[in-house]
Amino acid sequence: MATYGPSERTSLAGDGHEQVTVTRRSPATAGGQLTEELLETDSWTEAMVREAGIPIVKVPFVSIGGGIGAFVTVDYLRIAGVAPDRMRVLSNLDFPWQTYEYLTRVSQIPRGERIRSDSASRPDNIWGFPSYALAEAVRDRTLRPLWQVLVEPIWDDYYTPKAGQVFAGLEREAKRIGYQQMVVQGQVRMVRRCRGGGYFTILTPPSADAPTQDAPTQRVAYQSQFVHLAVGYPGLRFLPELQEFRTKQQDFYHVVSAYEDHEHVYEFARAKPAVIMLRGGGIVSSRILQRLMDDRENLGLSTDIVHLFRTYISGAHGPNAWSRRKGGDGFAYQGFNYPKSVWGGQLKARMRKLEGDQRAAAYKLMGGTNTPRRRSWQAQMRTGRENGWYRTMSGTVDQMMLRDGKVVSQVKTPQGIVDVSADFVIDCTGLEADIAEHRVLADLLEHCGAGRNPLGRLDVERTFELRGSASGAGVIYASGATTLGGYFPGVDTFLGLQIAAQEITDDLARRGFCPRIGPLRSTRQWLRWASGREP
Amino acid sequence: MVPTLNGRIQTRVFLLAVIGGLVTAVITPALPLSGSLADRYRDTYIILATVAVLGIGWEFLYHLLMQWRWEKDWPTLFGLVTLVPEGLLVWLLLQAGAIPGIVGTVSAPAFCIDFLAVWLAVWLVANGPMRVPFIRWRFRGGRLV
Repeated sequence: MATYGPSERTSLAGDGHEQVTVTRRSPATAGGQLTEELLETDSWTEAMVREAGIPIVKVPFVSIGGGIGAFVTVDYLRIAGVAPDRMRVLSNLDFPWQTYEYLTRVSQIPRGERIRSDSASRPDNIWGFPSYALAEAVRDRTLRPLWQVLVEPIWDDYYTPKAGQVFAGLEREAKRIGYQQMVVQGQVRMVRRCRGGGYFTILTPPSADAPTQDAPTQRVAYQSQFVHLAVGYPGLRFLPELQEFRTKQQDFYHVVSAYEDHEHVYEFARAKPAVIMLRGGGIVSSRILQRLMDDRENLGLSTDIVHLFRTYISGAHGPNAWSRRKGGDGFAYQGFNYPKSVWGGQLKARMRKLEGDQRAAAYKLMGGTNTPRRRSWQAQMRTGRENGWYRTMSGTVDQMMLRDGKVVSQVKTPQGIVDVSADFVIDCTGLEADIAEHRVLADLLEHCGAGRNPLGRLDVERTFELRGSASGAGVIYASGATTLGGYFPGVDTFLGLQIAAQEITDDLARRGFCPRIGPLRSTRQWLRWASGREP
Repeated sequence: MVPTLNGRIQTRVFLLAVIGGLVTAVITPALPLSGSLADRYRDTYIILATVAVLGIGWEFLYHLLMQWRWEKDWPTLFGLVTLVPEGLLVWLLLQAGAIPGIVGTVSAPAFCIDFLAVWLAVWLVANGPMRVPFIRWRFRGGRLV
């Protein structure tokens, strides 16, 4: 970012705003490593950081993660009038949708397939207008998407956009708001309070192992008044018996996760008849199932599929007529991750008022694994059941072993223990790791006053401020999957990230960081968005 | 927008007043109505006000019906087809002379054009453009204040 010489501060922007400044490091204090003193102290001073030889970059707002959560937050702030030089996104991603695209691709949603998201949930457009359906109708000159949103979900499936359309929109918006110029590549190590207010965020640049003139140290400290955390899922976990099998057998071929590249399974099934066992009843299992059924149909394969549900849903379920979710054939059916009113209707309003156990109970009621009831999938599964190549089972697995090149699962069913032999087992359960397994989050819990909500994730206020972590006038915000369990349930969705971004932007406006987006600014900014002009 | 009861009522009143008011101002001179222009405007605006006032009652009914839906949502099509019972009720009240202040005779074609134009305009704005000036509206169940 700048050449390093004797200690001085250099402004990187000259528009009169607060801006990025770099404190240059004296060459005599080489090093730039975290010292024991820093590691053990909850709040740091500038002197402590400088003494460790770590250069300090001052910028008012820092976002950590660099995925879609960071993107929509920075997008909102840019539209609210924050200049790019007042924000930095610390990330090890090349572009915001990199992780999302990887996960969707391996879980069988390539760019041409439709994701599970509403037409008006556009991470590249804070207004959700025009919706994806309208944009697709105009682009492809067809009324079909508009007809679908008109009659959904009664007479047709919910309209959902193609993954490629989402990524193309994000790319366009990233260029419009100058996203890349705010990104600093590297791995964030920790966030600590700064004595007197604000925070230090420690970044390990990509060149840490081989320091260069541009990044001559192993660490850089970003000093900011505001920090935004959107680090995504802390990590994925396998079902315990699958993990045990993989560890014991050192076999990563027969038992795979739907969230890792497992193309070899489909290739095997193309070469010879295969038995595939699926675990889990969520959207990812539906996608994998669709891929197996499509391959079977299109390539004339004879793949047999055994689908094991831990909780088998045989019909509509719920405590009373006012909260009954559709279900059948093992699956709980729901259009999106949560009931639609979570993103703006009465469920959102109700959840906002609930605390502690009551909130946890409400999450339990609306949660549980679920998948959309798509007409094409229903037809394929019906054919599979009728012809005996798609079987469902209810139960749990006690033990798994490798026998004659096949994985044998001992399934405990209501009728007793049954051995199921398969060529491959695909884990579609998508269990998530504890937040403490993420190094930055673990450090926040230990040193920054952050706590856990009723579901064990990061405890945030209604404004998405990380409760207990304030530092003078400084605030840490968190959005995305790590905050599930808060006053707003749909956090790990496109629209949920935008709702969080709006709350954060409004809170920052109250704190004087940016103007509040009122009807006039909003309309003016929408016109700029529509014409592709920068905010 | 997935509505709450309060949001439904606020959105209805606001959109009928602003969008409905504009559409009524534009189409009234072209409608096959009797009387002077002032009388015609008086009649169409009274009809608009009737839709708004009765609509508050309708919204309570829709909110009740919505409780049987797991998603607690109100699909786009529902917002369109509810024009049938609402339009019929206003028409029947008009025929029965139960709407106070009407001075002329409102023919069936005039009523149909007026009612459909206002309803479609309000429905279209509620399903998209409304989100442009009011970015918090859809996340607050349709509440504006």
